[in-house]
Order: sequence, then structure tokens, then C-alpha cells
Amino acid sequence: MKVRIKFAKQGAMKFVGHLDIMRYFQKVMRRSDVDIAYSEGFSPHQKMSFAAPLGVGLTSRGEYFDIEVNSTESSKEMLRRMNETMVEGMEVIRYRLLPEDSKNAMSIVSEADYLVNFRKGKEPCSDLKNQFEQFMAQEQIEILKATKKSEVVVDIRPLIRSFEVRNDGIFLKLATGSENNLKPELVVDAFCEYLSVQRKPFDLLTERLELYGKNENGDPIPLEDFGVDLD
Amino acid sequence: MRKLALSDEILLSIEKPARYIGNEVNMVKKDFNKVDIRFAMCFPDVYEIGMSHLGIQILYDMFNKRDDVYCERVYSPWLDLDKIMREQDIPLFALESQQPIKDFDFLGITIQYEMCYTNILQILDLSKIPLLAADRTEDDPIVIGGGPCAYNPEPLAPFFDLFYIGEGEMVYFELLDKYKENKANDGTRHTFLEMAAEIEGIYVPMFYDVTYHEDGTIRSFEPNHQNAKKIITKQLVMDISNTYYPDRPLVPFIKATQDRVVLEIQRGCIRGCRFCQAGSVYKPVRERDLDFLKEKAYNMLKNTGHEEISLSSLSSSDYSQLEGLINFLIDEFKGKGVNISLPSLRIDAFSLDVMSKVQDVRKSSLTFAPEAGSQRLRNVINKGLTEEVILNGAKLAFDGGWNRVKLYFMLGLPTETVSDMQGIALLSEKIAELYYQIPKDQRIGKVSVVASTSFFVPKPFTPFQWASMNTKEQFLSKAKIVNDKMKEMLNKKSLKYNWHEADVSVLEGLLARGDRRVADTILYAYRLGCIYDAWGESFDYDKWEQAIKATNIDMDFYITRERNTDEILPWDFIDVGVTKQFLKNEWKKAKKETVTPNCRMQCAGCGVAKFGGGVCFESKN
Repeated sequence: MKVRIKFAKQGAMKFVGHLDIMRYFQKVMRRSDVDIAYSEGFSPHQKMSFAAPLGVGLTSRGEYFDIEVNSTESSKEMLRRMNETMVEGMEVIRYRLLPEDSKNAMSIVSEADYLVNFRKGKEPCSDLKNQFEQFMAQEQIEILKATKKSEVVVDIRPLIRSFEVRNDGIFLKLATGSENNLKPELVVDAFCEYLSVQRKPFDLLTERLELYGKNENGDPIPLEDFGVDLD
Repeated sequence: MRKLALSDEILLSIEKPARYIGNEVNMVKKDFNKVDIRFAMCFPDVYEIGMSHLGIQILYDMFNKRDDVYCERVYSPWLDLDKIMREQDIPLFALESQQPIKDFDFLGITIQYEMCYTNILQILDLSKIPLLAADRTEDDPIVIGGGPCAYNPEPLAPFFDLFYIGEGEMVYFELLDKYKENKANDGTRHTFLEMAAEIEGIYVPMFYDVTYHEDGTIRSFEPNHQNAKKIITKQLVMDISNTYYPDRPLVPFIKATQDRVVLEIQRGCIRGCRFCQAGSVYKPVRERDLDFLKEKAYNMLKNTGHEEISLSSLSSSDYSQLEGLINFLIDEFKGKGVNISLPSLRIDAFSLDVMSKVQDVRKSSLTFAPEAGSQRLRNVINKGLTEEVILNGAKLAFDGGWNRVKLYFMLGLPTETVSDMQGIALLSEKIAELYYQIPKDQRIGKVSVVASTSFFVPKPFTPFQWASMNTKEQFLSKAKIVNDKMKEMLNKKSLKYNWHEADVSVLEGLLARGDRRVADTILYAYRLGCIYDAWGESFDYDKWEQAIKATNIDMDFYITRERNTDEILPWDFIDVGVTKQFLKNEWKKAKKETVTPNCRMQCAGCGVAKFGGGVCFESKN
């Protein structure tokens, strides 16, 4: 059985990197008696795969990983068990059964929502709403992207799927995944370049809100909607 | 949510910020305002090393079982953060509450190896606690040291208020109760130290005076306070199956050196290797009950979620119920994706059988520790491992499919000759030849024999405590003799030889057998910028040399000089159970190349029977 788990990563946990979060959840599986399936071979490992790595320093309300289990209790019971062994700042919020022929989360991730805030005193301009809207009104937003060999000019405007300057920060829906991947940092880089101001170090507080995958019609839907709760 | 001591800006600009945030699985949460005693437990090295230490896990659990105590942890900030904390004047903090160490009642430091001594000063300095005990005031925590290096605390004496000599499970609670009592009576720091001096196993360095002869040796070592004992007796747990051991060890986020459940199956060792300090100071061997271990293994795996369990002891093969324990672990956990790691097993049919069950034969290597290259020298050091046993073990292993062998030796042992050194190459060669005796169609590739030598450092409370230690130049020329001989061997392509840094060993020698005067050198080196001396990237021998010179330390006096057995040694005021007379006899026997049987074969009368338990009474039950 395939199961998709959604979790939140808050507070001090933002300083724990992606690889360590993977190890953390491997141990969660054992502590909470999740009947996870193991690979064959001399040193079996858990069948577990994460949707999209989250950078150190970012919090999230919508992280995902998929596991394969031999047996399971209801979603409610599994969430209770896992959250019982969780540390402060980590919470599992969905435990959903996927159809057997589902592709794993990593291969279908297409978009992610972010909420970006400038720390106090580190805003690049005073009139943020106006300026950002004008920045987004450009037809092209070109940035220099370093590749292995050289630097290439990339237009990131199409990768910003939508945006909104809200009271609680700048909301960004960005292309994410193996095909196209845009980090909020890069958008802010481009914005500051557009303003012709130097970016201040450690200026951002960024939270990932949700991850989306393409369904059979090619439409992006939240990764949690691919599965169903178990009663 | 807890507020972190360090800003986001700092945490995002240093390596592995998760070292400093606490919040690990099984971290104990208490309100530090609502306890009587705040205890900061410190391992003075980087987080990943400190978090791997079993002793702190035991004491952390034990202390926090008391409602009136909150025990928190602190480790050495890595070089990057160390620099920032000094530049920005940020006080060192504990991981749990993220509050300054300076506000604690106690700072307890475990002293596991000599090369962490400058890190102890780093911890005090960053905490804004005066480095010298004499300069501390009522506002400073009581600084207490323990662990193996506390068996010669003298080079650190001025930096500590107290030392705890022995195993932590014993008198800490008594000490904490006295602290509360003193506080309730409006006592001072000084009155507490006076009370502490009366507790068994507690050493208060400022209550002792040392005088020296003209030749530099100690003339007298005497208490200067009526409460201070003339002799401090090591404290040890006799009933090791009815004592503190955590069910919920801490689980770090980042990969620690020891990223697994550790099951300490016994304490002490029956063998009397004459170079080994642990073997001496943890005598007598005390085994834990099989049922106790089974229950702990189960609980710790369940509560940590670790994917590996490891057995810990000085010589696991000597544990009398090893077979039962290993079979239990394999039956109970192997099918659940838990790896079982078995260090320090003697290579024989049984261990090879279990090792083939728990690890991939082709990926693992076998380890032997002959320690010396010839039988003659192995007799000197009383290492009861013969060439025949090694070759039989290797033969069995090659038949079982292993083709990688690691060999550990020491260079610079007392009485060592060129032929002992060359014996290292000869033994390596014999093992390789043994492999090539197997018919070609039955071999799996080539054999690999890796021989490593460390440089011998004489340690207190061993029969070699009087021995001369080699200089750096002697060590390196010995390593060259071994290396040259290796190159002459027929199967030299299958042999590899590694040797350690000699600088560090010499310094370790100074600190291991140093007296109070060496404290000046440590302080001087620290002032010059020495920290993390155990780490190749930061160890700076030139600075140490400068410190040695500036503080008038005669290296010959501390390193190469063979001590007279009548001399007062800096650690003579500690009674570890093993008597000085026994050590003297062993030193004589060593020079005559005479072996002493292990504790189970025949009691050697070392003196630890006075503790009333362990192996000394096994056959008398």
C-alpha cells in the first residue's frame, strides 16, 4: 500500500537540513510502529521518498513524502501515533492512502506556494506592494543563471505562476520539480536587481505553504488530494 | 516555542546550525525557574562527538529523574561559531533552555582525552566563567570534572573547583543534596567546597598543597584543609544491573559519530594489558544481567527509532552471556531492519559465525589488535594474544569469505627492539601468505592487510606509569623502520601501513603524566589560540612548543625520563583499588617478559577485591 504523508516544519526545525529530516522520519517510522516496507538485500532500507527538498532556513506548512506500508491503521490513529513521538516544530498533518498505480510525489511535483517576508529593516524599498506589482508587470524577467560550464540568461517570468502582495507577505506560486524549478530567493534577487538595490544578507523569512502535482488532466492539485483518508 | 540563543543570521552563516538548537528527540523539558539546581553537563568537543558519549546519556537521564534538578547539555562551539561568539560577545548557552551557562549552579565537564584540555578553557571562557577556580565568585557555577582523565587531574587542577573520581552513578546525588543544604543555610561557595571535600571520591584541588624537590619531582602533596582527605578513593558501581541506564537516550538530528543505540554490557576488563589505563581504573569487571540488557535494548530501540544497536565494553568476548545476548538481538530485531554492530570481538569460530549473520562479509573487515610485533614484546605488555591465535583466526575468516584484515600495533613500547618493530611487517606478511595458500579458484579477489601503529603514551595507574616515553624523532624513525620492512615483503602489494601523527602523541604524554605546573602551559597555549587540539585542522604544535618554552617545561622530565618507583607521582593521592605495589610488581614482570594471567584464570591480587564485587567474587558465590 502506498501512503502519502504531509507534514509541517516550524520554528527551530528550519535549521535541520533535508537529509537530516529524512533520517528523522526514518526514525519516526520505527518509534511509532509504522509497518513500513523494506527493500530486499543485505542492508534493507525503508521504502520512503520525499517530494521536494526544502532549503535550510525555510519553514513549511506543506511538506510531503510517500511511503510503502505492509499494513496500516486509520489515518487518525497513524497521525496520533506519529505525532506522539514528534519534536517541537514538527507535525504530521495528513496520512492518506494513494491508489496503487500512483506515481511518487517527487516525479509529479510541478508547483509550490511560498510566502515571502522581508525582515524588519531589510526591505529593499518602502513601497513594496506597488514596486513588486510593477516588477511583475514586466513581460520578461531575465536573470543570469550559473550552469556547470558557464552562465546563461533565463527568463523566469513564466515560472512565476501567480503572485499576490498580501498583508502577511508576498505570496508566490512558483514552478517546482525536475523540469522547471524556481526558488523564491531567485525571485527576490531579480526584484532587487530591477530596483537597482543591493540585497541585504539574511533579509528573508520564507515559508513554503503547499506543494502541487499534476493530475491525469495535467492540472496542478495539492499533493494531498491524490490520496484519501483511511477510516 | 523556545527562543534560540543565536540569531537566524548567525545560525544561517555557520556550519551545521542544528548543533546549537537542542530540541532533539527525548530532550528533557523542564521550567528552569522551578528547580533548585541547574546542572550544565559538558563534553568539551564538537556536538557530534559529545552526543556520541554514553556517560553523558546516563548522567543526563539520572539527574533529570530528580524533580529538583534540571540537567542540560553544552558542547564546544565549532571554530566558526567560536569566532563569532568572541567577536560579538555572545555568552555560551545550554542547548535545552538556550540560557547562559554562567547562570547555572554547576558546570560538569567530562574529560575523556588529554587533547580536549584547551577546549575546557574555551568552554569556561565563552561562558564568561573565570578560568582559574581561585578567581571565581558567588556568581559563578561550581565547575566539576570527571571521566578517565580525572584519574590524573593535576594538570587541570587550577581550572576546576572539584573533581569527581570514579563512576558518575555513585555520589553525585549526595553532592547535589549538600549543595541544596548549603544554599538553604545561606552558605558560600567556599563552605560548599568544604562540605564537598568530605564526600567520598570528591577531590577539591585548592585544599591541597604541592611542594617539589630541586630535581623537579614532588616532595610533598598534603591537604591544607581539615576536611580534605589524604587519599581520594575511586567510586564505582558494584551492582551494575540495578542502577541508572537510560530508556530514552537523546537522538540528534545531525549524524553523530555514534548514531545508534549503545548497550554497555559490562564495565571493566579481566585482562591485564600493561599499557591500558581503562583496564586498570575500571577494575574489577562487572557484568550486567542478561535480562536487564534485553529490556534496555528493547526500550532504547523503541524510544529512539535508531536503526542500529551496538554492544559496548572493553572486551565483549569476555562477557559470559554473549552468545545468549547476540542470539536474542538477532532473533528479536534483525527482521525489523535493525543492524547489529559487534565491536571488539575476539576472532574465533563463534564470532565469525555471528558476524556472518549480521554483516555483509564482503564489505566488512576483520580487526586484530596484537599491539606489538613480536611474542616477546606482547609478553612485556601482557597482551594475551599469540601469533597462533591470530593466524588461526585469520585462516577461519578467509575460509568464511573475508579478505580484509586490519591490524593495530603500538610503537615505542618499553624494551622495544628493531626486531619487534620489523615483526609488525613480518606478521602482516604471514597473514597475507595464509590467504594465498587458499586454492586460487576458491579465493575472492586479493587480500588486503592494513597495519596501523599508534605511538605509545604511558598512562597513570598502569605498570608503565614509570616508563620512558619516546620523542617525536624516535617515533618517526621507528615508523620508518616498519615502513621499510613492509616494502621488503613478498606480498607488499597486499600490505598497507599507516602511522599516526607523532606531535600529538608527545603532547598527550605531557598532559597525561603532568603535574600542577603543566596547567600554566595549557593556559598559555590556550591564550595563544590553541583549541580543538584533537583535530588535525586546528592542532598547532608550534604554538604548543612556544607555550612549553614560555612556561619552562622540561620535556625530558615529563616525557623521556623513566621514573623511579619510589618517587611521589602527581596522582598518588588517588586510590583506584589497584595498589601501587601491584603496579610495581607488574612493571618488574614486564621487564622480565613474564605474563600475568587474566582475572578469570587466576587472581593476581591487584587490590580491587576490596570493593567487594565483580569478577573477584564470581567463583565464590
